[in-house]
Amino acid sequence: MDTKDRLVGAPVERIEDLRLLRGRGQFVDDLHREGMLHAAILRSSIAHGRIRLIDVKAALAMPGVRGVFTAADIAQSSTGSVPKIPLRLSPLPELVAFEQPVMAEKKVRYVGEPLALVVADSLALAEDALDVIEVDIEPLPAVANRHASGKDDILLFEEHGTNHAITYTARKGDAASVKAPYVRREKFSVQRHSAVCLEPRGLLAVWDGQQTKLTVSGAAKVPFVTRRALARHMDLPDECVDMVEVDVGGGFGVRGEFYPEDYLIPFAARKLNRPVKWTEDRRENLLASNHSREADCEIEIACDTDGTILALRGRVYVDAGAYVRTSGSTPARNVAQFLSGPYRIPNIHVESDLLLTNKMPIGTYRGPGRFEADFFRERLFDMAAKDLGIDPVEFRRRNLVSKEEMPYEIATLTPLEKKERFDSGDYRITLDRCLAEIGWREKAGLQGQLIDGRYHGLGIGCFIEGGAAGPRENARIEVDPDGAILVYVGSSNLGQGLETVCVQIAADALQMPMDRIRFFHGSTTYMKEGFGSFHSRSVVMGGSAILAAANALKESVQKAAASRLGCAATDVVIGQGLSASFGRKSLTLEELAADGGLSAEGSFENHLHTYSYGAAAAHVAVDARTGQVEVLEYVTVEDVGRIINPLTANGQSIGAVVQGLGGTLLEHLVYDEDGQFLTASLADYLMPTAPDFPNIKAITLENSPSPNNPLGAKGLGEGGIVPVGGVVCNAVAAALCSLNVTPRELPLSPMKIWQLIEDAR
Amino acid sequence: MKHRTLSIRFELNGIQVEAQVPARMTLADCLRHQFKLTGTHVGCEHGVCGTCTVIVDGAAVRSCLMLAVQVEGAKVTTVEGLSPEDGLTPLQAAFRKHHALQCGFCTPGMLTTAHALLTDEPDADKARIREVLSGNLCRCTGYIPIVEAIYEARTAYATRDKLPGKGA
Amino acid sequence: MKLPGFEYACPATLAEALALLASGGGTAKPIAGGQSLLPTMAYRLAAPALLVDLRKVPDLNRIAIGDDGVRLGATVRWRDIEDDARLSEAHPLLVAAIAHVAHYQIRNRGTVGGSLAHADPAAEMPGIAVSCDAELTLAGPAGARVVPASKFFLGPLSTALADDELVVEVRLPPWPAKRRWGFQEFARRRNDFALAGIAVFYDLDHAGCATNAHVGVFGACNRAQRLAQAEAALEGRIIDAAVAQSAGRAAAAAVDPPEDLHASAAYRRALVATLVERALKQASTEATQDKNE
Repeated sequence: MDTKDRLVGAPVERIEDLRLLRGRGQFVDDLHREGMLHAAILRSSIAHGRIRLIDVKAALAMPGVRGVFTAADIAQSSTGSVPKIPLRLSPLPELVAFEQPVMAEKKVRYVGEPLALVVADSLALAEDALDVIEVDIEPLPAVANRHASGKDDILLFEEHGTNHAITYTARKGDAASVKAPYVRREKFSVQRHSAVCLEPRGLLAVWDGQQTKLTVSGAAKVPFVTRRALARHMDLPDECVDMVEVDVGGGFGVRGEFYPEDYLIPFAARKLNRPVKWTEDRRENLLASNHSREADCEIEIACDTDGTILALRGRVYVDAGAYVRTSGSTPARNVAQFLSGPYRIPNIHVESDLLLTNKMPIGTYRGPGRFEADFFRERLFDMAAKDLGIDPVEFRRRNLVSKEEMPYEIATLTPLEKKERFDSGDYRITLDRCLAEIGWREKAGLQGQLIDGRYHGLGIGCFIEGGAAGPRENARIEVDPDGAILVYVGSSNLGQGLETVCVQIAADALQMPMDRIRFFHGSTTYMKEGFGSFHSRSVVMGGSAILAAANALKESVQKAAASRLGCAATDVVIGQGLSASFGRKSLTLEELAADGGLSAEGSFENHLHTYSYGAAAAHVAVDARTGQVEVLEYVTVEDVGRIINPLTANGQSIGAVVQGLGGTLLEHLVYDEDGQFLTASLADYLMPTAPDFPNIKAITLENSPSPNNPLGAKGLGEGGIVPVGGVVCNAVAAALCSLNVTPRELPLSPMKIWQLIEDAR
Repeated sequence: MKHRTLSIRFELNGIQVEAQVPARMTLADCLRHQFKLTGTHVGCEHGVCGTCTVIVDGAAVRSCLMLAVQVEGAKVTTVEGLSPEDGLTPLQAAFRKHHALQCGFCTPGMLTTAHALLTDEPDADKARIREVLSGNLCRCTGYIPIVEAIYEARTAYATRDKLPGKGA
Repeated sequence: MKLPGFEYACPATLAEALALLASGGGTAKPIAGGQSLLPTMAYRLAAPALLVDLRKVPDLNRIAIGDDGVRLGATVRWRDIEDDARLSEAHPLLVAAIAHVAHYQIRNRGTVGGSLAHADPAAEMPGIAVSCDAELTLAGPAGARVVPASKFFLGPLSTALADDELVVEVRLPPWPAKRRWGFQEFARRRNDFALAGIAVFYDLDHAGCATNAHVGVFGACNRAQRLAQAEAALEGRIIDAAVAQSAGRAAAAAVDPPEDLHASAAYRRALVATLVERALKQASTEATQDKNE
């Protein structure tokens, strides 16, 4: 950037806070429309079965009910069949076969699958009507887990002959032929859990028959993708569908993907010619917002006697749920490709199977597949280090990719032929900083010690986190005739502080104060084309697009000023507030914009991912009698290349760590052997609360800017979560080493730890 | 004696109001959809998440676990009632300074809970603040900045009178 | 999760409240704080046809301390117990237990009577009532009757309360100043429902041995109960670590814990043993005589 950064890099307080603190946020359930109706969804209480009958007569007769729709109604309105939810990521033909219809037709395949839609004058009346819908389903045995799935004797899709959707293979070198003096093979598993945003999902769809225009509020993450899919299914041109992004109560990868409701609610609005609002309740949110993380593996590490890693081999099994949804195969892709983490492993052969079960489908959740991979790998590393008599920190240091090796290529993933290269970084610096911050050396004497009735342990792990790529992003900057600056970007706000960070970037680029800039994001009404926020990309891609637009705007200002100042455009000097001058003549921006305003567009395209990286450590105390684990201290150090706003960057890290601790110690979406969902309330699905993890330190560094974008920033937002499982489990294992306990499964619930101790007696 | 809808009168953010409410309507839904005060949020409807917290007769309560008809004659304060015409209160400013909100969904509940706590206990220490916040979920911030913000805001409460309607 | 429809009444007297309950023929339910009832209705696990609100019924919210012990009216809230400074001396075990109930906002609404009538096997108030040999006063169309806590709780969410009766008061017997006590609960997070909870107390005879030993359990069983075998292991003994251990083992052998999503029976049994030991340790240190933390 050729301007001096005053705001980029500064801990600017957030603009969006002013309305959120006053209770003036506009979340989708806060919206009201004249004549609005309310929708409720009848969901299957059987995990696997053939639908014989759905009788809605009694429901239609209930007070206030305006419509009740089943798959038959939807098929009739559509091109004769119920639309399917298209894959957004990796739309391979093997996966397309398992796409989900927006409403269950002949079979139901998971508890919670939509069976009917009721629309009524109020949500209470709609729910009353759900109670009287008669459903007759011939139950089939449930495929309760990936083991049953792999047997292929009970099939979710008889026509496909298998429950096995796809296998991804990550390959580098020739792992099969490596002969090593040391080999260790282990099994590990991570439990099903997910984002569970505090705001449940919701949509408000408005159909304007006169204009043939559908407006859907409540979009998030990837509104343009959702628009395209919805428009196709509704047989409308894209321009007739507006997806409007309002305030959003967290996303974490789960909100904003295309769900059945994203079709059903607009369908109802058009059918009834009335605005229709739907809000997910918490039971539905736990049951029917994308699940994630459930995977187990059998992997093997091969090393030299000095601890140099020679190969990593093995198989991962990912429990996909009943269908492959928009981002459903990404965890399986990532767990294979990123199993090696930030380490130099010359030979890799890891396969990951995506296996269908009669459970809620999975999708991407913060650090998808990477949290699982880091857990598997870092546990195995500690075991190998112990066997070889090498200090676990030294083992990691020896095997970390060094900065001289950048860019460093990791395993290639097939199908997709996806190659990945780490862009820049000195991984040892973050490791050393992390060790210093937690006082690793000073606390070495605590390892495995019993103090005041509890065993103490420390654990460490290193991580990389890819981000900031995918398709391009677009931005547009307009100057009003009265000089106001409007910045539009295709990125989505999920609560991460997008507005503030983008305005900082724009303000510095335009040499303006922040309060002269208004910011518009996400909605399809603002941009012709946008690509959204996922994979920690919004600041890098959106921010870089804004920079491009700012540069284009400055050129527009030069051109507009040139004729009035009597010089060539390139001679015009741009000053503070986008003033234009030549010699002693100058024009203000307001003067230049006075007739008709000014505008410029910019785009940033990049297919190379950025890789933030770091290390994390934890100190735990374990009560061996109850199995309770207390995290006494947790430190995470991450190099993100460039920090645009240290306040929001730190906030992302701490928040991500706490979510990771929840996933490691507390959270579990549980199904029984009949596919019944058992954790349908927040009293059963346990998330971190304020007293649980009070001592967390996050340090964000800017040592290695990314060469892949003009900001030099790497994606930020998921690095905090990915190492947590491995780090904490390593700490627990260290604490309990004298009891012969080797934890291999998450979550580390007190009962599980107690059981491990009992079994080891 | 038995009713399905009732007429209720109560004080809402300092103003006497009246409404016709179905008996089955929760206070949360009444505030949000009848009075259009959507600052109070609904996150679970079973009394765990705390996003619906409002202040009734000086006490922080879960408005999803109160029937609207139960506030007859009471004084109710929502996050809107804690916000000045212009600018931010010291508590709100502390939240902003410490980046104690990201998506903002839990924030109104955090503010009402913090306000009730600090009004009663302006010298609450961090352990007490964390204990009281255990009834408010946040998925974004990891809580640490929220505790910092509330701790800093104590000075603004040190010389205040107690909230009206509070018992001994 | 909107509530199912119901009729609502807000009587001004106890007699009216009882008449309304009787009129429901089993389909009416009283509501005080509603902190347990409303979530159940939100999940449509309960759909009473009539809710009888007790908030205007007078004289149900008193805390009386006298020679016959501590009397808590049915609509006394957890907050009221916290705020009543007399109770830290009058019944420190009650205060210690109530500190574990739910969360700040719920404590401002939830009531003693509501908790007793709801009879969640993991709730503290039923646990204390049974451990302390409390007596519940129930009011019904035929008048009032007194039921000992040990006979009141029949099973999970099931009590001796008839459809047309109300809990109006619970009396905890008087608490001598020199009594030794301990309270230990294990939950996943602070103030979650107990996976197991133990209340223990005893008095000391002139030889320093335990007498009148009470060991009560909740959370690890289908209803709160005293554990006679654990009490027998304490009676007449000087409470040291070995005695505590044997009492813990006896308690674990005596409970019949449920298996559920959160804990196996074996784990709950182990928790019971651990918590009995820890509660006895707590009881034997001087610190328990101070104001409860």
